Amino acid sequence: MSASSSTLSQTTAPERPPRTLWGDAWRRFRRDKLALFGAATLIIIVLACVVGPLVYTASHRQIDFSRAQIPPSWAHPFGTNDLGQDVLARVLRGGRVSLSVGITSMLVAITVGTLIGAISGFYGGWLDVALMRFTDLFLSLPQLPVLLMVIFLFRETLRRLAGPETGIFLLMVLVIGSLNWMSVARLVRASFLSVREMDFVLAAQAIGAPAHRLIWIHIFPNVLSPVIVAATLSVGTAIITESTLSFLGLGFPPDTPTWGRLLFDARDYLEQAPHMAFFPGLMIFLTVLSINFVGDGLRDALDPQMRLR
Amino acid sequence: MTRYLINRLLISIPTLLAISVVVFAILALAPGDPMAEFATNPAITAEVRENIRRSLGLDQPIYIRYVKWLWAFVRGDMGFSFNSRSPVVNLILQRLPTTLWVVGTAYLLAALLAVPLGVISALKRYTFFDQVVTTLAFVGFSLPTFFTGILFIIIFSVQLRWFPFIYNSTLRVTNWATFMAQVRQSIMPVMVLVLFQAAVLMRFVRASMLEQMNRDYVRTARAKGLRNFVVVNRHILRNALIPVVTLVALDIPTVFTGALVTEQIFRVPGIGALLVDSIYRGDTPVVMAITFIYAILIVIFNLVADILYGILDPRVQYTR
Repeated sequence: MSASSSTLSQTTAPERPPRTLWGDAWRRFRRDKLALFGAATLIIIVLACVVGPLVYTASHRQIDFSRAQIPPSWAHPFGTNDLGQDVLARVLRGGRVSLSVGITSMLVAITVGTLIGAISGFYGGWLDVALMRFTDLFLSLPQLPVLLMVIFLFRETLRRLAGPETGIFLLMVLVIGSLNWMSVARLVRASFLSVREMDFVLAAQAIGAPAHRLIWIHIFPNVLSPVIVAATLSVGTAIITESTLSFLGLGFPPDTPTWGRLLFDARDYLEQAPHMAFFPGLMIFLTVLSINFVGDGLRDALDPQMRLR
Repeated sequence: MTRYLINRLLISIPTLLAISVVVFAILALAPGDPMAEFATNPAITAEVRENIRRSLGLDQPIYIRYVKWLWAFVRGDMGFSFNSRSPVVNLILQRLPTTLWVVGTAYLLAALLAVPLGVISALKRYTFFDQVVTTLAFVGFSLPTFFTGILFIIIFSVQLRWFPFIYNSTLRVTNWATFMAQVRQSIMPVMVLVLFQAAVLMRFVRASMLEQMNRDYVRTARAKGLRNFVVVNRHILRNALIPVVTLVALDIPTVFTGALVTEQIFRVPGIGALLVDSIYRGDTPVVMAITFIYAILIVIFNLVADILYGILDPRVQYTR
């Protein structure tokens, strides 16, 4: 079967790979210079944070007051902080935390948003009304104040339950994710409403496909592109939110460096050691900027209206 | 239209009630005790502590506290701060002018900057100017405000020594010199906010312009022989600004609560700073009042945005 079809395709369209949806998207994405730049920067940053601490072996914890606040040099490319700890090592370590908070809370937000949007759009009726009211309620919640409040009030409890680092991590991811799913839910719902009415869904229904199969196998793949774009952009938002919380002193414990926490610590030494603030801030900026470039590029690449060109 | 309005108003009441329940529940169910600082004070015995609890109404069950709080709030009584013992209303009114001055100025400047830049960059699409402006806008909204703030302090206060980096709230504007001092100390917090807001707005204006520029009515206007200036100003811009106005209306609540982070960096004693301080001190009445006022503003301005949209764009039909 497979042999005959491959010979058939060879005779009809010689040496031309079939054009697929994702192939087309990749071709368009490749043409967007800013998106490529963003993707490259992002890959470098992620690699640096994952592999970096293995290669660059300076300790991120070792305190040495005799070498405090040294400006960038060969021994310490990003300088040292007020305790004499190496800033580059801390930035790389911090990147691990910041990036994983960003990615995990994106997963939380996308999962919740997709579930609510899909159920709401597929079933309609009172369920839709109830879920959309619920979404509206979350949209009217003042985000940052609620975030600050929840984290401040519940961090002790979670610290006791799951340890200082994991506890705060869980709390952060859950809270950031659960305040970020609303736009995804609306997006998914809107797409579901239009796709639901198409003939192929009716056909699938006619053969007797159950609801969960209709939702996940038939409709969901068709609404995937806006979800991918939203997911990409929400990693950036989550990283900024985490840094904001850390910057307000409500993040991870002091000995766990995250980019926001490093900035918070650097705030009192802006005169003597501006490099302490500059490098972690630059990392946040570069990461968010490249995520935004990639998200924008993906939006254009996955846009069905551009697909024909 | 009136029916729609009444409908929307009626829907927003349960929304607000739900928000107040959520916020109240978070505060009430949280572990930790607002009396914790009295507990460590040896001068206050358990008995006195109990009396204080009773005077603050903390001995009653949650739902009674909620109903009491809600009824008082509806009558404009927001209670007393646990911490400073003064009415919450006074604390908020004290901070409001600073926030409105800094954030309001920033928003105004951002709009004044973003609209022309967005329009020009849409008209001159793909030119050098457009590319520079859109890239700058991208940078502007990818820069978190806490980093811009710190960069500004490093560059303009530490290195160049142009502006002070701590906002002096005791400064009274009485003459030209104090006015200039006020302007000088406001420049950095305002600029941080302008950079971010203008970037967001400018992208929006540009996208909205591009959407309108190829419409049939624009071609008709040009075919009639109207000058380019008239086509842009009277035809395209009017339609393109409709969604922009809505976006601005949706953003106004943030003007009131202020830019929490920016106020924190420059130590501007605005409402955002009050909120953060109160959260740290466990000052429940203040936190509750500010959060809830913010929620009310969000709901109101959502409604305003909807109504504005209908007024500006007669094609919008109010159903439901």
